[in-house]
Amino acid sequence: MEITSTLFAAKAIYIGLIFAITLGVAAYSTYGERIVAAWMQDRVGPDRAGPFGIFQPLADAVKMFMKEDFIPANSSKWLFIAWPCLSMLTALLTSAVVPFGDKLDLGGGIEMDLQGIDVNIGILWVFGIVSLGVYGILVGGWASNNKYSLLGAIRAASQNISYELAMGLSIIAILMMTGSLSTKVIVETQQNGAGFLSWNIWSQPIGFVIFIVCAFAECNRTPFDLPECETELIGGYHTEYSSMKLGFYLFSEYINMFVSGAVMATLYFGGYDYPFNEVVEAQFGQNIAALVGVGALMGKALFFVFVFMWVRWTLPRFRYDQLMNLGWTGLIPISMFNVVWTGLSILIPTTFNLPAWASIVVSWSGIGVLLIGLIIYHGATSKKKTVALAH
Amino acid sequence: MIQLVFIAFALLSVVSALVVLLTNNVLYAAFSLLVTFLGMAGLYVIVGADFLGVAQILVYIGGILVLLIFGVMLTNQKGTKSQGRNDILTENTNRVIGLVVAAGMFGLLYFVFSKGHFAEVQASLFTDTPLKATTQTIGLQLMTDFVLPFEVSGVLLMAALLGAAYLSTKQK
Repeated sequence: MEITSTLFAAKAIYIGLIFAITLGVAAYSTYGERIVAAWMQDRVGPDRAGPFGIFQPLADAVKMFMKEDFIPANSSKWLFIAWPCLSMLTALLTSAVVPFGDKLDLGGGIEMDLQGIDVNIGILWVFGIVSLGVYGILVGGWASNNKYSLLGAIRAASQNISYELAMGLSIIAILMMTGSLSTKVIVETQQNGAGFLSWNIWSQPIGFVIFIVCAFAECNRTPFDLPECETELIGGYHTEYSSMKLGFYLFSEYINMFVSGAVMATLYFGGYDYPFNEVVEAQFGQNIAALVGVGALMGKALFFVFVFMWVRWTLPRFRYDQLMNLGWTGLIPISMFNVVWTGLSILIPTTFNLPAWASIVVSWSGIGVLLIGLIIYHGATSKKKTVALAH
Repeated sequence: MIQLVFIAFALLSVVSALVVLLTNNVLYAAFSLLVTFLGMAGLYVIVGADFLGVAQILVYIGGILVLLIFGVMLTNQKGTKSQGRNDILTENTNRVIGLVVAAGMFGLLYFVFSKGHFAEVQASLFTDTPLKATTQTIGLQLMTDFVLPFEVSGVLLMAALLGAAYLSTKQK
């Protein structure tokens, strides 16, 4: 594709817009979190700043900026200042490869993908940036020169490394089905006319569960928010941080939530695909259809942000050894099983000449096989508990 | 334009590698290594090896260097504890010898690569292929022409994994 000046300008505007939308969504996620928390706990929630309290994020921002910006005397000053900013940077970088919409017709035969960059290694890029995100917490915690911060940082690092493995294995199953690492191609293969029935969620139920659990762990959200576990570590890795440097850490968490929601929508829920998009395209033209697609992706991503909040106010926190056990002895073996079973679900319909829905039946039967296997394994290994009877 | 980008990434790698060599703060050395790896990933992307660039970020920055920094952070800090700082400083700073060794390595590698005539060797062996995505080519090659080395390295890694698991279990 030749890069014309129109395309360049349009792309620049698009990237600026995505940047602004991501920041805006992150700011209003803080408001959303309070509203959801209030709703779950039967309280009123923020209602003072503006109608329904919708200016609450602005008030929070003013509060954050006005607070004293404190740097501990014996901290590593440069690292202490640099890493909240880098944490923010890595959180924002991921959205470059998420396809937010289909092609937009700019007139004059120029078409623009509503995606930052369409690279052949799109999903690996997401992984690379996620693995960079560990450093923000790890180094920030160390630079504070505080034992609690250091413990929080170490927890964050080991947790992220452990859950990255299971996350990678659950993505391998998706790659087996689409045959490409490009996020654009992953969305397009889910768009083959059967409406939402061709989304990956139907053929990857186990993979999606693994992925969402790992996304919770990677974003350090409850029930896996052990790096900032107040009861044990005061504030965890951001104990020493105040003012807007703390704000950056909190903000990057919300950006990560939104972006991981968008990635989950892209991988498992058809990205910008929505039911009857051919009808919309035939009726109102390509541009309207693409913009509705952007709305569809945003809706899916925001739903996942809501799920993140929902879980936060529903489940209590794990203990640290439980977290590590779940990651290494639970999710990684299950995701390996998922990779093998996905191979079966691709091979069985092609070798026996069955229709396409057979692969979906095979992949859902995988859940049954997994459960039976787990029950047999559990029965064989767990010791019989002796019940003390009263005489 | 592409030359400027290349020079930027090359300078990034070289300067941060020099910092690794010359600083006596172990943690700063580790972070400079992070920048060196990033610069190398950029250089890989410039020569068209996009998969190699991302693999560099995933494996070296996301895996190996995190463990390295992990180890450094948990290192016992004796020297500077009394002043309340948590910098980890090395006691030996053999900067001159370090520079000599680095220059020697550079000279050796430069000699080998310049004698190699890679461009001429490759020109007679392979037909020109248009520049395209490398992921599919790498995957196909690994599963067809290079399947034996691929499987052997898999067995080797498995053995290393089992060894690590055995060493870390409690003795019964």
